[in-house]
Amino acid sequence: MATIAMNGATVAPTERRPKDWLLIISSVVCALVALLAAVGAFIAPHSPNQTDVLAASLGPSGQHWFGTDGIGRDIFSRVLYGARISCAAAGIIVLGSGCLGTALAIFSAWSGGWVDRALNRVLNVMFAVPGILVAVLASAVFGAGFWAPALALTIVYAPFYARVVRSAAVRECAMPYVEGLRLAGLSSWRICTRHVLRNVLPMVLAQATIAFGSALVDFAAVSFIGLGVQPPTSEWGLMVADGRAEILSGAPQQSLAAGVCIVVTVVAFNVLGDRLSARHGVQR
Amino acid sequence: MTAACPAGPSPDVRAPALLDIRGLGIRLADRVPHRVLVQDVTLSIRPGESVGLVGESGSGKSMTVKAAMRLLPSNAKVEGSIEFDGRPINGLSRSQLAAYRSSDVGLIHQDPRAHTNPMRTIGKFLVESVVATGKMSKGEATDRAIGLLVEMGIGDARRRMDQYPHQLSGGLLQRVMIAATLMHGPRLIFADEPTTALDVTVQSDVMAILIEQIEERDLGMLLVTHDLDLAAAVTDTLVVMYAGTVVESGHAEDLYADPRHPYTAALLASRPSTTRVKRLVSIQGRPAAAFEVGPGCVFASRCAFATELCRTTRPELRLVGDGQVACHYAETIADELKQVALA
Repeated sequence: MATIAMNGATVAPTERRPKDWLLIISSVVCALVALLAAVGAFIAPHSPNQTDVLAASLGPSGQHWFGTDGIGRDIFSRVLYGARISCAAAGIIVLGSGCLGTALAIFSAWSGGWVDRALNRVLNVMFAVPGILVAVLASAVFGAGFWAPALALTIVYAPFYARVVRSAAVRECAMPYVEGLRLAGLSSWRICTRHVLRNVLPMVLAQATIAFGSALVDFAAVSFIGLGVQPPTSEWGLMVADGRAEILSGAPQQSLAAGVCIVVTVVAFNVLGDRLSARHGVQR
Repeated sequence: MTAACPAGPSPDVRAPALLDIRGLGIRLADRVPHRVLVQDVTLSIRPGESVGLVGESGSGKSMTVKAAMRLLPSNAKVEGSIEFDGRPINGLSRSQLAAYRSSDVGLIHQDPRAHTNPMRTIGKFLVESVVATGKMSKGEATDRAIGLLVEMGIGDARRRMDQYPHQLSGGLLQRVMIAATLMHGPRLIFADEPTTALDVTVQSDVMAILIEQIEERDLGMLLVTHDLDLAAAVTDTLVVMYAGTVVESGHAEDLYADPRHPYTAALLASRPSTTRVKRLVSIQGRPAAAFEVGPGCVFASRCAFATELCRTTRPELRLVGDGQVACHYAETIADELKQVALA
């Protein structure tokens, strides 16, 4: 890292580090997806559930940008509506597991000793359990729908944060200034929330961005196998599953549109998360 | 730096001690047999008195300070008593200990940069603890912080309040640390090598400011340093430690001019001189830790005057003249030591 910075300095002293195009492009795509998820329902040209048997399985046209599905619903509108559900699910999972994982990580790092070791073991065990399996199990027990898999995935994703954030928090808790704050009479709660949390937050955000992509895929997968969101609600995973029958009859547009949306979103968020952690790593 | 600051008003000798350490022993129970780090350290600080604790690395100076703040690791076993204002430190409850640390005493560290959160501004750093512990309102604390920074000789205090630690130089940041220590109005300051990490030219400025503040407020101070010149110049009383024990203590000027212990004399002799070019004198052998020395005098293996008695029997700290010395031959070798120190 140091050598790169030094080379940059000798070649062009005034120039900052080169523009990270991957970071820029991925942030634009992520922002666009977030925007569409937020306002999609208002700009959708058709109702997502309005069927028109006469206009079934149409290809892309001026009226139906992405064509129509087997019962004549506008795929573009359904993708827009689906973005809301898919992104909301991923957002809830990321937010919930982020809070849970970070809280666990800081608590573990602050406590140290056997509490830290015990929590680590528990988290390691949770790592061994595939997320989808737990989500499917939750749907089987509590019934298919939005919340059962979303909450299950929230819990499964927590160790993913806890592992990374804990190591940063341990380092932070060992800093001399933390002891100084303790001597100054500040409560553990205050030191953890105002100082440790704040200093590990960039790492949490980078983790969250990466987790968003995986959460979206996992939630879509649960819907795909019919244990998540139920029809006729539009959700990307559900749309991919819905369109399978029409692929054989030569109208792959529904599965394709939803599939491409998933891929683009996940790749964009993963790249963004990767660039953010790299940047963060450089700054440390 | 020498004689930069006049010794303050001499402390009232009859006043009860603010900090009273008696027979302090610290053992580290990390292995068997336990390692002795400090033994039989006795020192007291009266209100307004500043005491210099001098010794080389590993002599137990910092450990003594840590013990006084009750900051030792959990596997350290402490013997003897440490009292602050008549209350034993080891008997304090959790909340009393927190109050003692955050109200009665203040600690200034060697490295100010490590002791500030790089993500928080100077203003927040200064204000946070007194506000969080309910000593002042935010407005009062801000005013006091700015006032203290100005007293520290930081002219553009208001602007500094909004800056981050990395924007300040080491000397400036150490002044901020001194201000932070004074925020809650402690009665005793522990200064653990407060100027060691600083540039030589900045050291004297920071030290002068620290001493000025201490004297203005009539605070007690325990200055831990390995700079005997510095300690002699700014403190009232000197305590010289070697291998975890006190070898000599006494009035700073007397001890500096007329050392009674061979170690103190050797320390004085090994100072670099700014006026004469001479080969730097060093004490032969290497510094010993408390758990390495035998039953005799801790300094016996490196002492030019050591006899069989020194190697077998440890001398007690005893009154010689006005000071206390732990040497069997303090009286007989007094003249020779003077020669050594001046050489």
